Amino acid sequence: MSDTDIQDEAINVDTEKGNFKYPENYEFDAGVGLNEDTVKYISKVKKEAPWILDFRLKALEIFSKKPMPTKWADQDLDNIKFDEIRYYLSKGQQPARSWDDVPDDVKETFERLGIPEQERKFLAGVEAQFDSEASYSRMKEDLEKEGVIFVGSSEGLEKYPEIFKPYFGKVIPTSDNKFSALNSATFSGGSFIYVPKGVKLKQPLQAYFRINAENFGQFERTLIIADEDSEITYMEGCTAPKFETATLHSAVVELVALKNAKIQYITVQNWSSNVFNLVTKRGMADEGAEVKWIDCNIGSRLTMKYPGVVLKGKGARGEVLSIALANDGQHQDTGAKMMHLADNTTSNIISKSISIGEGRSTYRGQVHMPKHLKNCKNNTECDALLINTNSRTDTYPAITTRGENNTVQHEASVSKVSAEQIFYMMQRGLSEGEAMSLAVNGFVNELMKAFPMEYSVELKRLIDMEMEGSVG
Amino acid sequence: MNTTLETPTDTLSANEPEWLSTLRNEGKAQFDILPAPTARDERWRFASVGKLSIAGFAPASAPTADKLAELVKRSNLVSERAGQLVYADDTQAQFEGISEALAAKGVIYLPVLEAIEQHPELMQKYFLQESTELGSEKYFGLHAQLVKAGSILYVPKGVEIEQPFVNYYWTSSEKAAVFPHTLIIAEENAKASVVDIFFSETEDNQALNVSVSNIHAASGANIFRKVVQDWNEKTVSFQLDTTVADRDTLVKNLAVNIGAERARFENQTRIEGPGADVKMYSLTVAEESQEFDQRTFQTHNAGNAVSDLLYKNALLDKARTIFSGLIKVAEGAQQTDAYQTNRNLLLDPTAEANALPGLEILANDVKCSHGATTGNVDAEELFYMMQRGIAKRDAMKLMVFGFFEEVIEKVDSDELADNLRELIRKKFESKIH
Repeated sequence: MSDTDIQDEAINVDTEKGNFKYPENYEFDAGVGLNEDTVKYISKVKKEAPWILDFRLKALEIFSKKPMPTKWADQDLDNIKFDEIRYYLSKGQQPARSWDDVPDDVKETFERLGIPEQERKFLAGVEAQFDSEASYSRMKEDLEKEGVIFVGSSEGLEKYPEIFKPYFGKVIPTSDNKFSALNSATFSGGSFIYVPKGVKLKQPLQAYFRINAENFGQFERTLIIADEDSEITYMEGCTAPKFETATLHSAVVELVALKNAKIQYITVQNWSSNVFNLVTKRGMADEGAEVKWIDCNIGSRLTMKYPGVVLKGKGARGEVLSIALANDGQHQDTGAKMMHLADNTTSNIISKSISIGEGRSTYRGQVHMPKHLKNCKNNTECDALLINTNSRTDTYPAITTRGENNTVQHEASVSKVSAEQIFYMMQRGLSEGEAMSLAVNGFVNELMKAFPMEYSVELKRLIDMEMEGSVG
Repeated sequence: MNTTLETPTDTLSANEPEWLSTLRNEGKAQFDILPAPTARDERWRFASVGKLSIAGFAPASAPTADKLAELVKRSNLVSERAGQLVYADDTQAQFEGISEALAAKGVIYLPVLEAIEQHPELMQKYFLQESTELGSEKYFGLHAQLVKAGSILYVPKGVEIEQPFVNYYWTSSEKAAVFPHTLIIAEENAKASVVDIFFSETEDNQALNVSVSNIHAASGANIFRKVVQDWNEKTVSFQLDTTVADRDTLVKNLAVNIGAERARFENQTRIEGPGADVKMYSLTVAEESQEFDQRTFQTHNAGNAVSDLLYKNALLDKARTIFSGLIKVAEGAQQTDAYQTNRNLLLDPTAEANALPGLEILANDVKCSHGATTGNVDAEELFYMMQRGIAKRDAMKLMVFGFFEEVIEKVDSDELADNLRELIRKKFESKIH
């Protein structure tokens, strides 16, 4: 597909509002708004088994019954207009647009991050397919040899129901929250992965490599099953801004780590700043298993995301490491949940947030040791850095503890970059902005080490860019 | 008495000034209109609201003179004092006024009804003017409607009083509802301390308490309020306390919570002037099926001020505690230092501690932190002591008292500190095994 093919006269793009007008009479058009017909339509296009349609319809009912969580959450949620959203776009109806429609600031960010030409177009939504076929097929071959299944959600449910159906919607029930219900009704795209017993993947799997037209959709659904003694690292997103015109992104990600398995899930979220990013992520860790979320939130207008781990088996471990960067007009409402349901389980949460300008970052956490358990441990650390006088940060943890020999500790601190640090660096010839960037990078440095190298390099550069103009 | 809280006997408003009748009517309306708390309300998260019934309680008639005399006799926690008030079921049992020297300086210390008669202007300005905003507004309304017991302390500019004012509130009759009130007004550079003590006559008399305390500290004032809550375990208790601290004030609140079946404790601190330093300490011993529900709110509306909170809870049996604290730093309140610490010691595996320490920070040049820990007695420390020949039971006791001592040592009176240790010892010494 070339640029000129996509540039259709009938397409009228208004990037200011992130509001697209699509030409009529497309072959697969689910229309605007959400009702039973939309859901039936999606299911029909995907040629799904009847049980999946039932699953979707039930989810739709739950979605319409559940109230918005505005009692505790950001009132901005009320600005989501569910009736004006397109819930399904099949191949060929991706929000096609030309390079010229991409806002200048996004283009500039690509330029400065050094994102390859081909990738830029994909990230800007100009090209649906990112040309990585070669590397993808090579990787696919290797994976197949090991018995790893790495497919899209529809394909997974259709071809391997015996593997995926038992866990689908079990870690995150449809009724978990309003947006998990919305996803369950309208999901398409995402990755379904199965790693067989004892297989330890050395290379991280990347959503990047199996991008198809519907993959990075609004309502992707991911399910990763790591069988006994297996190991997998999965990466989604990338540091460059993902220019998105759809205003609502609501994914569901379920991880299942069976006995002694290890799953590491890395996210770098950098949606453009008009997107509501409301994502439910939860892992289940069986005996001796480990689930680790590394979560980095830079983009979006409002992100609400609290990755969780259900520590179901003895000796299971859960971890959430997160970095949030909230600039003007952004609210990063992130956090973590740890449910301890067995003895000797341990969990660790480290959250670092940076608020710049009028940005607001919020940590919301839950640590639950509800039963008569023994020898469970949790450690939570939340550090917030405020750059400007009007920056804002909130911390709302909830911790319930019972049982014998359990230890829970939670610490949070709020600080600013100390004037002395800045003075010291400026003395040595750095500009105030450079000094500030250096201090901020130092603040997140320890967590960055947990990221794959290429990510941390780009992240550092991105933080520098976000910091620009915030001082003085 | 056939009266209930919904239809109390109308004995209060006969001779009262109009402004007070208005406040009482507004309070009644607030109580009637506001819904009972539900678990869905974030401000009541984790609380067993279903068991929080106020049905059947009513203001009690006056106890007999013998009973009042007996309870006055038992009111003996603090012997060196500047004044004392004892109430039983909201009936005044004793009033020991201030010395002539203090009166000459303009100090006022009076039972609430007398203060309304004698100092209407002062009372109109401060009485029932501050309320917590943490979920119990309905019960504040009930208090406003029915309050008749309590102490009013007014300390004029520059007057310093070393000895404390001591107020006892007893419950006695079955199903009695009481509404103790504390109002402390400290003018510029004034200094005073108050001890409020809540006791039940027996182990069994069921009671409802809805108490309110308001501290107004003007520039440079120094106020220390200690609260000893040792109701019996048949009491449902609401304590709604506020502090307004102006420039350069030093305000300390210290609470020792031992009793009640269900105790909701709300403490709200509003810092309105730079240089203020407010401390909040609390110690709670929870046993059997007791539930202590503590909600705190530290608001910094002015910069360059300090607030520090330390709440320690020790839990036994199936007891539950909820600590929910929030530090809010308003926009522009730069150079704020605000801290919040909650420590929970679980002594039985069936006890449950909940911690919700929160921060809302709208200024960047601040030092704010909160910490919450929950754990058991440290096994290594226990082992160390047992190695040295201390029986396990004694070692446990030592460690638990060590845990409390951090708060008790802040009580700057040896007599009261000893009495508090004794109350705690009585409550759970037999429990440690």
